[in-house]
Amino acid sequence: MNVSDSLAVARGVAWRQLHNAVLNPTIFFPSLAFPLLNFAAFAGGLSRVSEVPGFNFAGSYTAFQFVFVLLQSAAFSGVFSGFGVARDFETGFTRRLMLTAPNRSGIVLGYAIASACRWLITAAVITAVAFAVGMQVGGDGVDLFGLYALALLVNFAGTLWSTGVAMRIRSQQAGPVMQMPVFLILFFAPVYVPLDLLQGWIHAVASVNPLTPVMEAARGLVSGEPTKTLVAFGTGVALVLAFSSWAIRGLRRAEAVGG
Amino acid sequence: MTVVSSGLAVQVGYLARRSVIRTLRQPAAVFFPLVFPVLLLAVNSGGLKAETNLPGFPTDSFLAFALAVPFIQGGLFATGNAGIDVAKDIQTGFLNRLALTPMRGVALLLGELGGVMGLALIQAIFYLVIGLVFGVRLESGIAGGLVMIALAAVIALGFAAFGAYAALRTGSTEAVNGIFPVFFVFLFISSMNIPRNLMGTDWFRWCATANPVSYLIEGMRSLIITGWDGQALGLAFGIGIGVIVVGFALAAAALPERMART
Repeated sequence: MNVSDSLAVARGVAWRQLHNAVLNPTIFFPSLAFPLLNFAAFAGGLSRVSEVPGFNFAGSYTAFQFVFVLLQSAAFSGVFSGFGVARDFETGFTRRLMLTAPNRSGIVLGYAIASACRWLITAAVITAVAFAVGMQVGGDGVDLFGLYALALLVNFAGTLWSTGVAMRIRSQQAGPVMQMPVFLILFFAPVYVPLDLLQGWIHAVASVNPLTPVMEAARGLVSGEPTKTLVAFGTGVALVLAFSSWAIRGLRRAEAVGG
Repeated sequence: MTVVSSGLAVQVGYLARRSVIRTLRQPAAVFFPLVFPVLLLAVNSGGLKAETNLPGFPTDSFLAFALAVPFIQGGLFATGNAGIDVAKDIQTGFLNRLALTPMRGVALLLGELGGVMGLALIQAIFYLVIGLVFGVRLESGIAGGLVMIALAAVIALGFAAFGAYAALRTGSTEAVNGIFPVFFVFLFISSMNIPRNLMGTDWFRWCATANPVSYLIEGMRSLIITGWDGQALGLAFGIGIGVIVVGFALAAAALPERMART
Protein backbone atom coordinates (compact mmCIF):
# COMPACT_ATOMS: atom_id res chain seq x y z
CA MET A 1 0.00 0.00 0.00
CA ASN A 2 1.31 3.43 -0.79
CA VAL A 3 0.08 6.95 -1.30
CA SER A 4 0.21 6.81 -5.10
CA ASP A 5 -2.03 3.70 -5.14
CA SER A 6 -4.49 5.45 -2.90
CA LEU A 7 -4.47 8.60 -5.04
CA ALA A 8 -4.93 6.60 -8.24
CA VAL A 9 -8.00 4.86 -6.81
CA ALA A 10 -9.32 8.17 -5.45
CA ARG A 11 -8.90 9.85 -8.83
CA GLY A 12 -10.77 7.09 -10.65
CA VAL A 13 -13.62 6.95 -8.15
CA ALA A 14 -13.90 10.74 -8.00
CA TRP A 15 -14.07 11.06 -11.77
CA ARG A 16 -16.75 8.41 -12.07
CA GLN A 17 -18.88 9.87 -9.26
CA LEU A 18 -18.60 13.40 -10.56
CA HIS A 19 -19.34 12.30 -14.12
CA ASN A 20 -22.44 10.37 -13.00
CA ALA A 21 -23.71 13.20 -10.81
CA VAL A 22 -23.23 16.09 -13.20
CA LEU A 23 -24.51 14.34 -16.33
CA ASN A 24 -27.62 12.95 -14.64
CA PRO A 25 -30.17 15.71 -13.95
CA THR A 26 -32.25 13.55 -11.59
CA ILE A 27 -29.16 13.18 -9.38
CA PHE A 28 -27.73 16.69 -9.69
CA PHE A 29 -30.92 18.77 -9.76
CA PRO A 30 -32.16 18.15 -6.18
CA SER A 31 -28.81 19.08 -4.61
CA LEU A 32 -28.93 22.37 -6.51
CA ALA A 33 -32.64 23.09 -6.24
CA PHE A 34 -33.14 22.62 -2.51
CA PRO A 35 -30.61 25.24 -1.34
CA LEU A 36 -31.89 27.73 -3.92
CA LEU A 37 -35.44 27.08 -2.83
CA ASN A 38 -34.53 27.59 0.81
CA PHE A 39 -32.63 30.74 -0.10
CA ALA A 40 -35.67 32.16 -1.90
CA ALA A 41 -38.04 31.17 0.88
CA PHE A 42 -35.91 32.35 3.78
CA ALA A 43 -34.12 35.41 2.39
CA GLY A 44 -37.12 36.53 0.38
CA GLY A 45 -40.02 35.51 2.55
CA LEU A 46 -38.59 36.21 5.97
CA SER A 47 -36.64 39.42 5.33
CA ARG A 48 -38.68 41.33 7.91
CA VAL A 49 -37.43 39.01 10.65
CA SER A 50 -34.36 41.26 10.72
CA GLU A 51 -36.65 43.98 12.14
CA VAL A 52 -37.34 41.94 15.27
CA PRO A 53 -35.96 43.81 18.32
CA GLY A 54 -32.56 42.38 19.31
CA PHE A 55 -31.65 41.11 15.83
CA ASN A 56 -27.98 42.09 15.87
CA PHE A 57 -26.29 41.21 12.60
CA ALA A 58 -24.05 43.65 10.77
CA GLY A 59 -25.08 42.57 7.25
CA SER A 60 -28.41 42.20 5.48
CA TYR A 61 -30.87 39.36 6.08
CA THR A 62 -29.98 38.05 2.61
CA ALA A 63 -26.36 37.62 3.73
CA PHE A 64 -27.55 36.10 7.01
CA GLN A 65 -29.52 33.43 5.14
CA PHE A 66 -26.88 33.01 2.42
CA VAL A 67 -24.54 31.58 5.04
CA PHE A 68 -27.10 29.05 6.21
CA VAL A 69 -27.91 27.99 2.67
CA LEU A 70 -24.21 27.69 1.78
CA LEU A 71 -23.58 25.42 4.77
CA GLN A 72 -26.76 23.48 4.06
CA SER A 73 -25.73 22.91 0.45
CA ALA A 74 -22.30 21.76 1.62
CA ALA A 75 -23.74 19.25 4.07
CA PHE A 76 -26.39 17.98 1.69
CA SER A 77 -23.98 17.61 -1.21
CA GLY A 78 -22.26 15.18 1.12
CA VAL A 79 -25.51 13.38 1.86
CA PHE A 80 -26.44 13.14 -1.83
CA SER A 81 -23.00 11.68 -2.49
CA GLY A 82 -23.78 9.07 0.15
CA PHE A 83 -26.83 8.08 -1.89
CA GLY A 84 -24.43 7.40 -4.77
CA VAL A 85 -22.25 5.20 -2.57
CA ALA A 86 -25.31 3.20 -1.51
CA ARG A 87 -26.36 2.86 -5.16
CA ASP A 88 -22.90 1.52 -6.01
CA PHE A 89 -23.30 -1.18 -3.38
CA GLU A 90 -26.74 -2.16 -4.69
CA THR A 91 -25.56 -2.41 -8.28
CA GLY A 92 -22.51 -4.46 -7.32
CA PHE A 93 -20.09 -1.81 -8.58
CA THR A 94 -18.40 -1.47 -5.18
CA ARG A 95 -17.83 -5.22 -4.95
CA ARG A 96 -15.97 -5.12 -8.28
CA LEU A 97 -14.16 -1.95 -7.24
CA MET A 98 -12.93 -3.55 -4.04
CA LEU A 99 -11.55 -6.51 -5.98
CA THR A 100 -9.50 -4.26 -8.24
CA ALA A 101 -8.47 -1.35 -5.98
CA PRO A 102 -4.90 -1.77 -4.70
CA ASN A 103 -5.68 0.60 -1.80
CA ARG A 104 -9.30 0.69 -0.69
CA SER A 105 -8.96 3.78 1.50
CA GLY A 106 -8.69 5.62 -1.79
CA ILE A 107 -12.34 4.74 -2.42
CA VAL A 108 -13.46 6.90 0.52
CA LEU A 109 -11.08 9.66 -0.54
CA GLY A 110 -12.47 9.51 -4.09
CA TYR A 111 -16.04 9.88 -2.87
CA ALA A 112 -14.99 12.86 -0.73
CA ILE A 113 -13.21 14.58 -3.63
CA ALA A 114 -16.19 14.06 -5.96
CA SER A 115 -18.56 15.44 -3.36
CA ALA A 116 -16.40 18.52 -2.83
CA CYS A 117 -16.21 19.20 -6.59
CA ARG A 118 -19.95 18.73 -6.90
CA TRP A 119 -20.56 21.13 -4.00
CA LEU A 120 -18.25 23.75 -5.53
CA ILE A 121 -20.53 23.86 -8.58
CA THR A 122 -23.57 24.28 -6.33
CA ALA A 123 -21.79 26.92 -4.23
CA ALA A 124 -20.87 28.88 -7.35
CA VAL A 125 -24.52 28.95 -8.48
CA ILE A 126 -25.81 29.93 -5.01
CA THR A 127 -23.21 32.67 -4.73
CA ALA A 128 -24.06 34.02 -8.17
CA VAL A 129 -27.77 34.07 -7.31
CA ALA A 130 -27.06 35.79 -3.97
CA PHE A 131 -25.08 38.55 -5.66
CA ALA A 132 -27.68 38.82 -8.41
CA VAL A 133 -30.38 39.57 -5.83
CA GLY A 134 -28.22 42.25 -4.23
CA MET A 135 -26.42 40.58 -1.35
CA GLN A 136 -23.92 42.94 0.27
CA VAL A 137 -20.72 41.42 1.68
CA GLY A 138 -18.85 43.20 4.46
CA GLY A 139 -15.91 40.80 4.64
CA ASP A 140 -12.74 41.04 2.56
CA GLY A 141 -11.18 38.37 0.34
CA VAL A 142 -9.55 36.59 3.27
CA ASP A 143 -12.85 36.49 5.16
CA LEU A 144 -14.64 35.01 2.15
CA PHE A 145 -11.88 32.42 1.67
CA GLY A 146 -12.43 31.49 5.32
CA LEU A 147 -16.18 31.25 4.74
CA TYR A 148 -15.81 28.80 1.84
CA ALA A 149 -13.12 26.85 3.69
CA LEU A 150 -15.49 26.39 6.63
CA ALA A 151 -18.24 25.25 4.27
CA LEU A 152 -15.81 22.82 2.61
CA LEU A 153 -15.10 21.27 6.02
CA VAL A 154 -18.85 20.85 6.52
CA ASN A 155 -19.04 19.21 3.08
CA PHE A 156 -16.27 16.74 3.95
CA ALA A 157 -17.95 15.97 7.28
CA GLY A 158 -21.33 15.40 5.58
CA THR A 159 -19.77 13.18 2.89
CA LEU A 160 -17.81 11.08 5.37
CA TRP A 161 -20.86 10.68 7.61
CA SER A 162 -23.11 9.50 4.79
CA THR A 163 -20.37 7.34 3.26
CA GLY A 164 -19.94 5.63 6.63
CA VAL A 165 -23.69 4.96 6.78
CA ALA A 166 -23.77 3.71 3.18
CA MET A 167 -20.81 1.38 3.83
CA ARG A 168 -22.65 -0.15 6.79
CA ILE A 169 -26.18 -0.48 5.36
CA ARG A 170 -25.15 -0.95 1.69
CA SER A 171 -28.65 -0.10 0.39
CA GLN A 172 -30.41 2.99 -0.88
CA GLN A 173 -32.88 2.44 1.95
CA ALA A 174 -30.18 4.05 4.09
CA GLY A 175 -31.18 7.43 2.61
CA PRO A 176 -33.26 8.64 5.56
CA VAL A 177 -30.58 7.50 8.03
CA MET A 178 -28.06 9.69 6.21
CA GLN A 179 -30.40 12.59 5.72
CA MET A 180 -32.34 13.00 8.94
CA PRO A 181 -29.45 13.64 11.38
CA VAL A 182 -27.92 16.16 8.98
CA PHE A 183 -31.25 17.91 8.61
CA LEU A 184 -31.67 18.04 12.38
CA ILE A 185 -28.18 19.31 13.15
CA LEU A 186 -28.60 22.05 10.53
CA PHE A 187 -32.03 23.19 11.68
CA PHE A 188 -31.21 22.94 15.39
CA ALA A 189 -28.64 25.70 14.82
CA PRO A 190 -29.65 29.40 14.71
CA VAL A 191 -31.19 29.29 11.21
CA TYR A 192 -33.59 32.23 11.17
CA VAL A 193 -32.35 34.51 13.96
CA PRO A 194 -29.13 34.89 15.97
CA LEU A 195 -28.64 32.53 18.92
CA ASP A 196 -29.56 35.22 21.47
CA LEU A 197 -33.06 35.53 20.02
CA LEU A 198 -33.84 31.83 20.29
CA GLN A 199 -35.95 30.93 23.31
CA GLY A 200 -36.72 27.79 25.30
CA TRP A 201 -35.67 24.31 24.24
CA ILE A 202 -34.38 25.37 20.83
CA HIS A 203 -31.94 27.80 22.50
CA ALA A 204 -30.68 25.02 24.78
CA VAL A 205 -30.21 22.64 21.84
CA ALA A 206 -28.60 25.29 19.60
CA SER A 207 -26.17 26.24 22.36
CA VAL A 208 -24.66 22.73 22.41
CA ASN A 209 -24.99 22.08 18.65
CA PRO A 210 -21.47 21.82 17.15
CA LEU A 211 -22.70 23.53 14.00
CA THR A 212 -23.74 26.68 15.88
CA PRO A 213 -20.21 28.12 16.23
CA VAL A 214 -19.54 27.20 12.59
CA MET A 215 -22.65 29.10 11.48
CA GLU A 216 -21.91 32.07 13.73
CA ALA A 217 -18.32 32.26 12.52
CA ALA A 218 -19.39 32.00 8.89
CA ARG A 219 -21.88 34.84 9.40
CA GLY A 220 -19.15 36.86 11.09
CA LEU A 221 -16.91 36.34 8.05
CA VAL A 222 -19.55 37.38 5.52
CA SER A 223 -20.41 40.52 7.49
CA GLY A 224 -16.75 41.49 8.02
CA GLU A 225 -16.96 41.11 11.80
CA PRO A 226 -15.21 37.78 12.45
CA THR A 227 -16.26 35.96 15.60
CA LYS A 228 -15.48 32.51 16.99
CA THR A 229 -13.44 31.76 13.85
CA LEU A 230 -10.85 29.56 15.56
CA VAL A 231 -13.52 27.63 17.47
CA ALA A 232 -15.40 27.08 14.22
CA PHE A 233 -12.36 25.77 12.33
CA GLY A 234 -11.45 23.58 15.32
CA THR A 235 -14.98 22.16 15.33
CA GLY A 236 -14.94 21.65 11.56
CA VAL A 237 -11.61 19.79 11.63
CA ALA A 238 -12.78 17.68 14.60
CA LEU A 239 -15.95 16.71 12.70
CA VAL A 240 -13.93 15.73 9.63
CA LEU A 241 -11.51 13.61 11.69
CA ALA A 242 -14.32 11.91 13.60
CA PHE A 243 -16.31 11.10 10.46
CA SER A 244 -13.14 9.99 8.59
CA SER A 245 -12.74 7.35 11.25
CA TRP A 246 -16.46 6.49 10.94
CA ALA A 247 -16.18 6.12 7.15
CA ILE A 248 -12.98 4.07 7.22
CA ARG A 249 -14.43 1.73 9.85
CA GLY A 250 -17.50 1.43 7.63
CA LEU A 251 -15.23 0.50 4.72
CA ARG A 252 -13.57 -2.21 6.83
CA ARG A 253 -17.00 -3.57 7.74
CA ALA A 254 -18.02 -3.64 4.08
CA GLU A 255 -14.77 -5.43 3.23
CA ALA A 256 -15.46 -7.99 5.94
CA VAL A 257 -18.79 -8.94 4.38
CA GLY A 258 -17.33 -8.95 0.88
CA GLY A 259 -18.65 -5.59 -0.34
CA MET B 1 -64.60 -13.37 -10.16
CA THR B 2 -66.45 -10.68 -8.23
CA VAL B 3 -63.94 -8.12 -9.47
CA VAL B 4 -64.77 -8.70 -13.09
CA SER B 5 -68.50 -8.95 -12.72
CA SER B 6 -69.67 -6.46 -10.15
CA GLY B 7 -70.03 -2.74 -10.10
CA LEU B 8 -67.73 0.19 -9.72
CA ALA B 9 -67.90 0.26 -5.90
CA VAL B 10 -66.67 -3.32 -5.60
CA GLN B 11 -63.86 -2.68 -8.07
CA VAL B 12 -62.79 0.41 -6.12
CA GLY B 13 -63.10 -1.52 -2.85
CA TYR B 14 -60.76 -4.30 -3.95
CA LEU B 15 -58.10 -1.96 -5.25
CA ALA B 16 -58.42 0.39 -2.27
CA ARG B 17 -57.98 -2.52 0.16
CA ARG B 18 -54.87 -3.61 -1.72
CA SER B 19 -53.59 -0.02 -1.70
CA VAL B 20 -54.17 0.42 2.06
CA ILE B 21 -52.43 -2.87 2.89
CA ARG B 22 -49.52 -2.02 0.61
CA THR B 23 -49.09 1.37 2.28
CA LEU B 24 -49.21 -0.08 5.79
CA ARG B 25 -46.61 -2.70 4.83
CA GLN B 26 -44.08 0.03 4.03
CA PRO B 27 -43.03 1.52 7.39
CA ALA B 28 -40.95 4.21 5.67
CA ALA B 29 -43.97 5.35 3.64
CA VAL B 30 -45.93 5.81 6.87
CA PHE B 31 -43.22 6.99 9.26
CA PHE B 32 -41.63 9.85 7.33
CA PRO B 33 -44.85 11.60 6.22
CA LEU B 34 -45.89 11.53 9.89
CA VAL B 35 -42.62 12.53 11.51
CA PHE B 36 -40.91 14.88 9.06
CA PRO B 37 -43.61 17.61 9.03
CA VAL B 38 -43.77 17.51 12.83
CA LEU B 39 -40.00 17.86 13.08
CA LEU B 40 -40.10 20.85 10.75
CA LEU B 41 -42.95 22.30 12.79
CA ALA B 42 -40.91 21.92 15.98
CA VAL B 43 -37.85 23.52 14.42
CA ASN B 44 -39.74 26.42 12.87
CA SER B 45 -41.93 27.13 15.87
CA GLY B 46 -38.79 27.35 18.02
CA GLY B 47 -36.60 29.19 15.54
CA LEU B 48 -39.20 31.67 14.31
CA LYS B 49 -40.90 32.45 17.63
CA ALA B 50 -39.27 35.89 17.54
CA GLU B 51 -41.35 36.65 14.42
CA THR B 52 -44.44 37.00 16.64
CA ASN B 53 -42.86 40.26 17.91
CA LEU B 54 -43.38 41.87 14.49
CA PRO B 55 -46.15 44.49 14.62
CA GLY B 56 -49.31 43.08 13.06
CA PHE B 57 -48.45 39.40 13.53
CA PRO B 58 -51.83 37.70 13.96
CA THR B 59 -51.06 35.56 17.03
CA ASP B 60 -48.53 35.35 19.85
CA SER B 61 -48.04 31.60 19.31
CA PHE B 62 -45.90 30.68 16.33
CA LEU B 63 -46.84 27.04 16.88
CA ALA B 64 -50.51 27.90 16.31
CA PHE B 65 -49.55 29.96 13.25
CA ALA B 66 -47.42 27.18 11.76
CA LEU B 67 -49.66 24.22 12.63
CA ALA B 68 -51.45 24.50 9.27
CA VAL B 69 -48.24 23.72 7.37
CA PRO B 70 -47.88 20.00 8.25
CA PHE B 71 -51.36 19.37 6.83
CA ILE B 72 -50.21 20.72 3.45
CA GLN B 73 -46.89 18.89 3.67
CA GLY B 74 -48.83 15.71 4.36
CA GLY B 75 -50.70 16.36 1.14
CA LEU B 76 -47.42 16.77 -0.71
CA PHE B 77 -46.20 13.44 0.63
CA ALA B 78 -49.45 12.00 -0.74
CA THR B 79 -48.31 13.20 -4.17
CA GLY B 80 -45.09 11.25 -3.91
CA ASN B 81 -46.62 8.13 -2.39
CA ALA B 82 -49.48 7.94 -4.89
CA GLY B 83 -47.13 8.50 -7.79
CA ILE B 84 -44.68 5.87 -6.65
CA ASP B 85 -47.43 3.31 -6.01
CA VAL B 86 -48.91 3.77 -9.48
CA ALA B 87 -45.47 3.82 -11.13
CA LYS B 88 -44.55 0.56 -9.37
CA ASP B 89 -47.73 -1.04 -10.68
CA ILE B 90 -46.78 0.05 -14.18
CA GLN B 91 -43.19 -1.18 -13.84
CA THR B 92 -44.18 -4.56 -12.39
CA GLY B 93 -46.80 -5.14 -15.07
CA PHE B 94 -49.74 -5.11 -12.64
CA LEU B 95 -51.49 -2.46 -14.70
CA ASN B 96 -51.04 -4.52 -17.86
CA ARG B 97 -52.65 -7.52 -16.16
CA LEU B 98 -55.52 -5.33 -14.96
CA ALA B 99 -56.00 -4.20 -18.53
CA LEU B 100 -56.98 -7.80 -19.33
CA THR B 101 -59.96 -7.51 -16.97
CA PRO B 102 -63.10 -5.36 -17.31
CA MET B 103 -61.75 -3.05 -14.58
CA ARG B 104 -62.89 0.53 -15.26
CA GLY B 105 -60.33 3.30 -15.39
CA VAL B 106 -62.04 5.43 -12.79
CA ALA B 107 -62.11 2.47 -10.39
CA LEU B 108 -58.41 2.03 -10.90
CA LEU B 109 -57.67 5.68 -10.11
CA LEU B 110 -59.87 5.83 -7.04
CA GLY B 111 -58.71 2.45 -5.78
CA GLU B 112 -55.02 3.17 -6.25
CA LEU B 113 -55.40 6.29 -4.10
CA GLY B 114 -57.12 4.41 -1.26
CA GLY B 115 -53.94 3.80 0.70
CA VAL B 116 -52.80 7.37 0.27
CA MET B 117 -56.15 8.70 1.46
CA GLY B 118 -56.10 6.39 4.49
CA LEU B 119 -52.65 7.63 5.38
CA ALA B 120 -53.69 11.26 4.80
CA LEU B 121 -56.48 10.91 7.35
CA ILE B 122 -54.12 9.34 9.90
CA GLN B 123 -51.64 12.16 9.27
CA ALA B 124 -54.25 14.89 9.73
CA ILE B 125 -55.46 13.45 13.05
CA PHE B 126 -51.86 13.00 14.20
CA TYR B 127 -50.87 16.61 13.40
CA LEU B 128 -54.00 17.94 15.08
CA VAL B 129 -53.35 15.91 18.23
CA ILE B 130 -49.71 17.06 18.31
CA GLY B 131 -50.85 20.69 18.11
CA LEU B 132 -53.43 20.27 20.85
CA VAL B 133 -50.99 18.41 23.12
CA PHE B 134 -48.48 21.26 22.80
CA GLY B 135 -50.99 23.89 23.77
CA VAL B 136 -52.67 25.08 20.57
CA ARG B 137 -56.35 25.95 21.08
CA LEU B 138 -58.55 25.98 17.99
CA GLU B 139 -60.48 29.25 17.70
CA SER B 140 -63.11 27.37 15.67
CA GLY B 141 -63.56 24.68 18.34
CA ILE B 142 -64.11 20.97 17.89
CA ALA B 143 -66.15 21.45 14.71
CA GLY B 144 -63.21 23.40 13.30
CA GLY B 145 -60.94 20.42 13.98
CA LEU B 146 -63.26 18.19 11.96
CA VAL B 147 -63.29 20.71 9.12
CA MET B 148 -59.47 20.76 9.22
CA ILE B 149 -59.40 16.98 8.76
CA ALA B 150 -61.90 17.24 5.90
CA LEU B 151 -59.85 19.97 4.22
CA ALA B 152 -56.68 17.90 4.69
CA ALA B 153 -58.40 14.98 2.92
CA VAL B 154 -59.47 17.22 0.02
CA ILE B 155 -55.92 18.57 -0.34
CA ALA B 156 -54.33 15.11 -0.16
CA LEU B 157 -56.74 13.72 -2.76
CA GLY B 158 -55.98 16.58 -5.14
CA PHE B 159 -52.20 16.26 -4.80
CA ALA B 160 -52.40 12.45 -4.98
CA ALA B 161 -54.26 12.74 -8.29
CA PHE B 162 -51.38 14.83 -9.62
CA GLY B 163 -48.94 12.18 -8.34
CA ALA B 164 -50.92 9.49 -10.16
CA TYR B 165 -50.91 11.62 -13.32
CA ALA B 166 -47.12 11.99 -13.15
CA ALA B 167 -46.77 8.23 -12.77
CA LEU B 168 -49.16 7.46 -15.63
CA ARG B 169 -47.33 9.87 -17.91
CA THR B 170 -43.80 8.67 -17.11
CA GLY B 171 -44.33 5.10 -15.88
CA SER B 172 -41.19 5.37 -13.76
CA THR B 173 -40.68 5.60 -9.98
CA GLU B 174 -37.39 7.43 -10.55
CA ALA B 175 -39.12 10.08 -12.64
CA VAL B 176 -41.84 10.49 -10.01
CA ASN B 177 -39.16 10.88 -7.33
CA GLY B 178 -37.57 13.56 -9.49
CA ILE B 179 -40.84 15.44 -9.99
CA PHE B 180 -41.82 15.28 -6.31
CA PRO B 181 -39.47 18.10 -5.14
CA VAL B 182 -41.00 20.42 -7.73
CA PHE B 183 -44.23 20.36 -5.74
CA PHE B 184 -42.29 21.61 -2.71
CA VAL B 185 -41.56 24.84 -4.58
CA PHE B 186 -45.23 25.71 -4.13
CA LEU B 187 -44.98 25.16 -0.40
CA PHE B 188 -41.81 27.18 0.08
CA ILE B 189 -42.94 30.14 -2.00
CA SER B 190 -46.11 30.62 0.01
CA SER B 191 -47.32 32.16 3.25
CA MET B 192 -46.17 29.10 5.22
CA ASN B 193 -43.81 31.04 7.50
CA ILE B 194 -45.15 34.58 7.48
CA PRO B 195 -48.47 36.29 6.67
CA ARG B 196 -48.52 37.78 3.17
CA ASN B 197 -49.12 41.31 4.46
CA LEU B 198 -45.90 41.10 6.50
CA MET B 199 -43.66 39.93 3.66
CA GLY B 200 -41.01 42.56 3.11
CA THR B 201 -39.84 41.45 -0.34
CA ASP B 202 -42.21 42.46 -3.13
CA TRP B 203 -41.48 39.67 -5.62
CA PHE B 204 -41.92 37.05 -2.93
CA ARG B 205 -45.26 38.54 -1.84
CA TRP B 206 -46.47 38.55 -5.47
CA CYS B 207 -45.44 34.92 -5.95
CA ALA B 208 -47.07 33.92 -2.65
CA THR B 209 -50.26 35.73 -3.63
CA ALA B 210 -50.37 33.97 -7.00
CA ASN B 211 -49.59 30.62 -5.40
CA PRO B 212 -52.73 28.54 -4.68
CA VAL B 213 -50.96 26.75 -1.84
CA SER B 214 -50.98 30.04 0.15
CA TYR B 215 -54.79 29.92 0.19
CA LEU B 216 -54.85 26.26 1.25
CA ILE B 217 -52.58 27.15 4.18
CA GLU B 218 -54.53 30.28 5.06
CA GLY B 219 -57.86 28.41 5.04
CA MET B 220 -56.46 25.78 7.37
CA ARG B 221 -54.79 28.45 9.51
CA SER B 222 -57.97 30.50 9.81
CA LEU B 223 -59.65 27.63 11.68
CA ILE B 224 -56.77 27.62 14.19
CA ILE B 225 -56.10 31.30 14.89
CA THR B 226 -59.15 33.22 13.58
CA GLY B 227 -62.27 31.12 13.98
CA TRP B 228 -64.83 30.77 11.18
CA ASP B 229 -63.63 32.83 8.22
CA GLY B 230 -65.96 32.11 5.29
CA GLN B 231 -63.75 33.73 2.67
CA ALA B 232 -60.59 31.88 3.71
CA LEU B 233 -62.44 28.56 3.95
CA GLY B 234 -64.25 29.12 0.65
CA LEU B 235 -60.97 29.81 -1.13
CA ALA B 236 -59.26 26.79 0.46
CA PHE B 237 -62.04 24.31 -0.32
CA GLY B 238 -62.61 25.84 -3.76
CA ILE B 239 -58.94 25.54 -4.70
CA GLY B 240 -58.71 22.07 -3.13
CA ILE B 241 -61.67 20.82 -5.16
CA GLY B 242 -60.28 22.53 -8.26
CA VAL B 243 -56.99 20.67 -7.80
CA ILE B 244 -58.91 17.38 -7.50
CA VAL B 245 -60.86 18.05 -10.69
CA VAL B 246 -57.80 19.06 -12.72
CA GLY B 247 -55.64 16.26 -11.26
CA PHE B 248 -58.22 13.56 -12.00
CA ALA B 249 -58.92 14.95 -15.45
CA LEU B 250 -55.24 14.81 -16.33
CA ALA B 251 -54.83 11.33 -14.82
CA ALA B 252 -57.96 10.06 -16.59
CA ALA B 253 -56.64 11.44 -19.89
CA ALA B 254 -53.30 9.66 -19.37
CA LEU B 255 -54.85 6.37 -18.29
CA PRO B 256 -56.17 4.99 -21.62
CA GLU B 257 -52.66 4.96 -23.07
CA ARG B 258 -51.35 2.95 -20.09
CA MET B 259 -54.29 0.56 -20.14
CA ALA B 260 -54.53 0.10 -23.87
CA ARG B 261 -56.49 -3.11 -24.38
CA THR B 262 -55.02 -4.64 -27.50
